[in-house]
Amino acid sequence: MVKKRILISGNEAIAEGAIQAGCNFYAGYPITPQNELIAYMAKYMPLSGGVFIQAESELAAINMVYGASAAGARAMTSSSSPGISLKQEGISYISGSQLPAVIVNIMRGGPGLGNIAPAQSDYFQATRGGGHGDYHLIVLAPASVQEAYDLTQTGFYLADKYRIAVMILGDGILGQMMEPLKLSVGKIKAPILKPWALTGCKGRKPNIVKSFFLREGDLEKFNLKLQKNYEIIRKKEARYEGLLLDDAKVILVAYGTMARIAKSALNKLRLAGKKVGLIRPISLWPFPEKAFQPINKKVKYLVVEMSYGQMVEDVRLAVNGYAQVDFLGRSGGGIPSEDEIITRVDKLI
Amino acid sequence: MAKIKINQDKCKGCFLCMSFCPKGLIKKSVKLNKRGLNFVEFDSAGDCIGCMQCALICPDCCIEVYK
Amino acid sequence: MEKIFAHPEALYDLTTHYCPGCGHGIAHRLVAEVVDELGIREKTIGIAPVGCAVVAYDYWKFDCSEAAHGRALAVATAIKRVRPQNIVFTYQGDGDLAAIGTNETIHAANRGENLTVIFINNAVYGMTGGQMAPTTLLGQKTSTTINGRQREKHGYPLKISEILALLPGVCYVERVSFHSPQGVLRAKQAIKQGFKNQMDNLGFSLIEVLSPCPTYWGLSPKGSLDWIKDVMQKEFPLGRIK
Repeated sequence: MVKKRILISGNEAIAEGAIQAGCNFYAGYPITPQNELIAYMAKYMPLSGGVFIQAESELAAINMVYGASAAGARAMTSSSSPGISLKQEGISYISGSQLPAVIVNIMRGGPGLGNIAPAQSDYFQATRGGGHGDYHLIVLAPASVQEAYDLTQTGFYLADKYRIAVMILGDGILGQMMEPLKLSVGKIKAPILKPWALTGCKGRKPNIVKSFFLREGDLEKFNLKLQKNYEIIRKKEARYEGLLLDDAKVILVAYGTMARIAKSALNKLRLAGKKVGLIRPISLWPFPEKAFQPINKKVKYLVVEMSYGQMVEDVRLAVNGYAQVDFLGRSGGGIPSEDEIITRVDKLI
Repeated sequence: MAKIKINQDKCKGCFLCMSFCPKGLIKKSVKLNKRGLNFVEFDSAGDCIGCMQCALICPDCCIEVYK
Repeated sequence: MEKIFAHPEALYDLTTHYCPGCGHGIAHRLVAEVVDELGIREKTIGIAPVGCAVVAYDYWKFDCSEAAHGRALAVATAIKRVRPQNIVFTYQGDGDLAAIGTNETIHAANRGENLTVIFINNAVYGMTGGQMAPTTLLGQKTSTTINGRQREKHGYPLKISEILALLPGVCYVERVSFHSPQGVLRAKQAIKQGFKNQMDNLGFSLIEVLSPCPTYWGLSPKGSLDWIKDVMQKEFPLGRIK
């Protein structure tokens, strides 16, 4: 009997979600704290008829994803911060060739070798490029094992729909923690037809997958096409969760694991009669600017991150000066606690 | 009895074919082609043996050989 | 009279951007001829390098992909694993295969990927203005070895083919050269063998082609072919290595 509800780690839930979404190619390289993901893929990807490769480096892995996607597969790789840095060239090429792909970053402390504790210091890297050129990834930030599983599936669907790379941005806590997961058995979304893919030119003109446009004007034209696509995605794919915003005097803004801690702080504050709300961006690109429409211009925002201030810049841009935006952050493995949040909110209110 | 046909507009004037023709039937032109280059000309009156060395070495696929 | 040498079907009838006397034109034609003769044009997927041949996909009439510099063998590995029914080959220069791409090259070979690799060795980096390549000869002057390559500063010319031949997953390695029409014919046979090996699922095949770069060798086209015959072949001997 197929279990419909299981206890599983975030890393494994992402892998399982990918397989359920029809992912049929995975290439990766071990790096803590996402090793459970590659191990799960090593076991279950071949069993589900897909291709698993432990590549010689994260760099090789992202280029394998490029190749698999070019050949029409639903391709994925995963890594953690330093490994994602290695992948930036490949991500730029994937974006420039309009190849669908899913890239998972289970963030850890940095910069450099850093440590293996959770962090949210790769927000800039994820949303501001990381690689060269004017491109964007759709960035989705789950805050629970269930959401990691669900958003990974959404990721494959969006990747194919828009011919774009999608990043699932988690952290070491999300990757390693175990929570109950409801499996969506039988809800595999059918892959979209890919007439541009490299399958052999029988019965059609040859296809070329490339990002090189040397002739005068061609690259600008191509970039405008990309920008148009990004505009559509901005309009349609922003996601967020809003809690208790209507009467809030202070609104916490946090994503991923940090949002769970912020929610605990929110509950305590509300029990103490303080009017606090929470905006939890779920898509970091496109950033859910609509969530920051002023309901009440006297509100103050407190952005809480496991970083020294990255998402706060997007909040400031969205707020555009109508309200105060404060920041509380710790990084390098340090995590802002409930108490630290509560103390800061008390100062603001 | 054999002959070659040279696509003179595609010719880039590298003259490799000329170096390898065992019968010396390929000569450098005096005129310039559309690319502004001296190209190669075939002496159709000569005794071409259809060895294909010219076509094999031509980097621009300018030569067809008939036998 | 019968046409005994014609323009191959798998090659577009275009004027290429390559310099007069460049080996790429010959190599592209040989690949096209082999693909035609083996009847695999509709199954073939080629991966172009970064280098002068970056736009090789504009000249071949089959599916092609670009790859980031040096990464062609990672890209090819994935395409072949996802679509084993296709014939997948890479076409790479000395920088692509043996400098920046060395890791991807060695590991694809070590995994014994069922791929065909055409390695164009012209001992210099052409596209970027004639810099030293891993295969530049000792004493050879390039724009980054203005006094000639010196072993103390620059190391030795890299014999990547000999290195790869050590790997059990590699089934065929041959070095050929374009120094003459006979050389071109032997090169074609080797390339054909490389594709046939893939069709027979025999593993990794590598054909290294000593190819002329008259522009950055500072020689005439014929002079370049002579340099290959008289000098380059002494450092890079021809023949079947594995």
